[in-house]
Amino acid sequence: MPTTLTVNGETRSLDLPSDMPLLWALRDGLNLTGTKYGCGVAACGACTVHVDGVAQRSCQIALADVEGAAITTIEGLGTRDALHAVQAAWIAGQVAQCGYCQSGQIMQAASLLSENPAPTDAEIDEAMSGNLCRCGTYPRIRAAIHDAARRLQEV
Amino acid sequence: MSRSGTIARRGFLIGMAAIAGGVAFGWWKYATPYGNPLETGLPYGGATLTPYVLIDASGVTLIAPRAELGQGVQSTLAALVAEEMDLAWDQVRVIHGPASSAYFNGAVAAEGIPFAPTDTGWLAETLRKATEIPLKLIGFQITGGSSSIPDAFDKMRLAGAAARATLVAAAAQRLGIEPSALRTEAGAVIVPDGTGIPYAALAVAAAALKLPAEPVLKPRTDWKLLGQSLPRTDMVAKSTGTETYTIDIRLPGMKFATVRTNPNLGAAMTGYDATEALAMPGVHAVIPVENGIAVVADTTWTAFQAADAVSFTWAPAAYPASTSQMAEALSQALASGKHDSRNRNDGNVETALTGDMFQADYSVPHLAHATMEPMTAAALFDKGTLTVWAGTQLPTQVITEGTRLTGLPPEAITVHTPVMGGGFGRRAEMDFVCQAITVAKAMQGTPVLVTWSREEDMTHDTYRPMARARIRATLAKGKVAAFDFDTVAASVIESQVGRLGYSVPGPDSTIVQGAWDQPYAFPNYRVTGYRAPAMAPVGSWRSVGNSQNGFFQETAIDELAHLAGADPLEFRLTQITDAPSRKVLEAVAEMSGWGSTPAGRARGVAFVLSFGVPVAQVIEVEQTAKGIRLTNAWAAADVGTALDPRNIEAQVAGAVVYGLSAAIRGEITFAEGRVEQTNFPDYEPLRLYQCPPIAVRILETGPKIRGIGEPGTPPAAPALGNAIFALTGQRLRDLPFGKAASFA
Repeated sequence: MPTTLTVNGETRSLDLPSDMPLLWALRDGLNLTGTKYGCGVAACGACTVHVDGVAQRSCQIALADVEGAAITTIEGLGTRDALHAVQAAWIAGQVAQCGYCQSGQIMQAASLLSENPAPTDAEIDEAMSGNLCRCGTYPRIRAAIHDAARRLQEV
Repeated sequence: MSRSGTIARRGFLIGMAAIAGGVAFGWWKYATPYGNPLETGLPYGGATLTPYVLIDASGVTLIAPRAELGQGVQSTLAALVAEEMDLAWDQVRVIHGPASSAYFNGAVAAEGIPFAPTDTGWLAETLRKATEIPLKLIGFQITGGSSSIPDAFDKMRLAGAAARATLVAAAAQRLGIEPSALRTEAGAVIVPDGTGIPYAALAVAAAALKLPAEPVLKPRTDWKLLGQSLPRTDMVAKSTGTETYTIDIRLPGMKFATVRTNPNLGAAMTGYDATEALAMPGVHAVIPVENGIAVVADTTWTAFQAADAVSFTWAPAAYPASTSQMAEALSQALASGKHDSRNRNDGNVETALTGDMFQADYSVPHLAHATMEPMTAAALFDKGTLTVWAGTQLPTQVITEGTRLTGLPPEAITVHTPVMGGGFGRRAEMDFVCQAITVAKAMQGTPVLVTWSREEDMTHDTYRPMARARIRATLAKGKVAAFDFDTVAASVIESQVGRLGYSVPGPDSTIVQGAWDQPYAFPNYRVTGYRAPAMAPVGSWRSVGNSQNGFFQETAIDELAHLAGADPLEFRLTQITDAPSRKVLEAVAEMSGWGSTPAGRARGVAFVLSFGVPVAQVIEVEQTAKGIRLTNAWAAADVGTALDPRNIEAQVAGAVVYGLSAAIRGEITFAEGRVEQTNFPDYEPLRLYQCPPIAVRILETGPKIRGIGEPGTPPAAPALGNAIFALTGQRLRDLPFGKAASFA
């Protein structure tokens, strides 16, 4: 039975096992490789996507559980020519080093800002604590989230 | 907008001048290793002009032949060429380029000689130059040892200057005027009337000209790109999910694979039963690889599931089965009296170690690299050719391994080196690459991507070795009178280079790296390295031996400062004469307001000189109800010449975080021959809420340009431990600190 879901605004029908994690359906089924595999156990946040607007770990969501849901991945958040405010702040702040965790960081930050348009450092710490970065970009992530909050308020 | 690209579809790997409308400067004798007309025109050991510039109708592409592990090296290497070519930064396209010995790294071993990095005497410098000879003969294209920038600084600027000069000469010839009447700007030759001829319009004519024997480099005062904080060429792709890591390679007909290999590291697989796995829908094949199997399936997840369904019998490990047995082997080596090296033996330590003596033992555990992107490689074996995509710090070695595994000649093997999701030394290994080649050989005509699970990655690393030290010292008049530093570890060089099929005779400089070569002026000063027997596989981990020895030494120095009743920072300054080293200590004192710690907080300082870069750090902590919290960090580093200050700042701050992750919770342990930690919940790196603000100052007083990927890591652990002592009075001599203290 194919699973139908909406990914980045497009209706997609996926003929994959219904217990396959959304992460792998996106990466290997739809070739949306911006969402990353890091741990498979919801410990690193590299696979973070939005499910109906809220940040979730796609490695822990079975395809069957998102039947009919609206999924947004990093590719759908913004593009090179139409950046989301969080992405613009990330670029302005030169956040990424290896960059592998940054899709997840950006998706988590965008979700935070949609709920809390002006988070404090403590609120950022709380919201971002599930996203690991081995390159140590945390100080720039914190600064970029504040910058993105300002950008969103100016819009 | 600057952008990264791939060489894959350009097809300029073969041939010399105009290919597909493009011209590769310096592409001469590509198939003949090291062919280079400038080489004889330069002093021996001087910079060489190698193939770094390609111009085609779409513009200029620069080759930055070092692994982009996240350190931003491709942007800075491209800037070296772009500066001399007078390219505007938004015109710059940069690619890694092919695996080639033409891109050998001549600087990576320069600090392996028995002279301290601060020794710039004739003999030390001559020996440093001599290390370039074997490296050049081996032709290793290697990224490591914080050597990319020192290696490239002259030769890539010369490549840019040579390309610019020939473009100007071509324009002069076309116009029938003197080259001196022309100038260059933003990727064009500007003629006297002010109009510009784009380089692309001159490239073919320029390629027919002889390159200048001695290109002239710009003085620093004329730099427009170098010395500036440039936007990284990979930043937009990495912020939009469009960067292509190896794990993201998708080719028509591609299959997805994973591996399971013996958790008793290096030991054989003696049997397996894959019946159940092969019956699973979407599973195509189970293929033996070295010490294990690969499962090939329609998706990576299916491959993971199928690999779980395979049962194995494994041969036992050849090394001591538990961490405590390994620690015992270290203690025995330390007590054996048979040393591996004694590069420093100033004064007479034996006679000076009398009376009231300080003595302490220290230890650090094995550590995993734990890159965010697990090990991945893709390969396609088709019609007598092999193509490999791998995030590797050793692309030329991939050709060697491909030849060994397939029997193909080197010219039938193409290596693509995508950007990497972290490296930290792990991607100098070939295990994952060899697996992909083995699978591709068995699946001829089908491209295969091999992705390790996090569990495979955590349990099959080439770990930072566990290490121990004993330090004995005496004080006199508030200073160290004698310092005797015994340090022991298994040999990283023996293990790592051994896996590449080479043996390195003589002592292992990494065992004493960060120990014997420090700029302290103790009158009686001895550093002895002891080599523990080879045990579990060990490898280069960001800053290598400095990572343990910096902790041992700087903890001991702090203890001695307290014993002497001295301020720990001042105590160091009174015993260091090297000017750049003093300056980073003074800088970090000024930045932190050393001596005016806010109430309720405490600070620790540490100083380590590694890869020629002196780095001082101050870390500030406070006690909370939930445990010790890191409230601030300050770091000062002297790189000699700072090519991209903002990127250097990122490297130092990131290296501090990497060091703190290891210091607080990093520990790999063995039981029954197997690594006990399997995923991030067992090997927990620092998270954002634990990360303090990190202020970084970059100094440029040192005599040489230096790389900065690693030197920020070693001082972090001792600075934290020294801060904890200042806060609690508890002296922590064993890492990770999380075993003895609780952290918020």
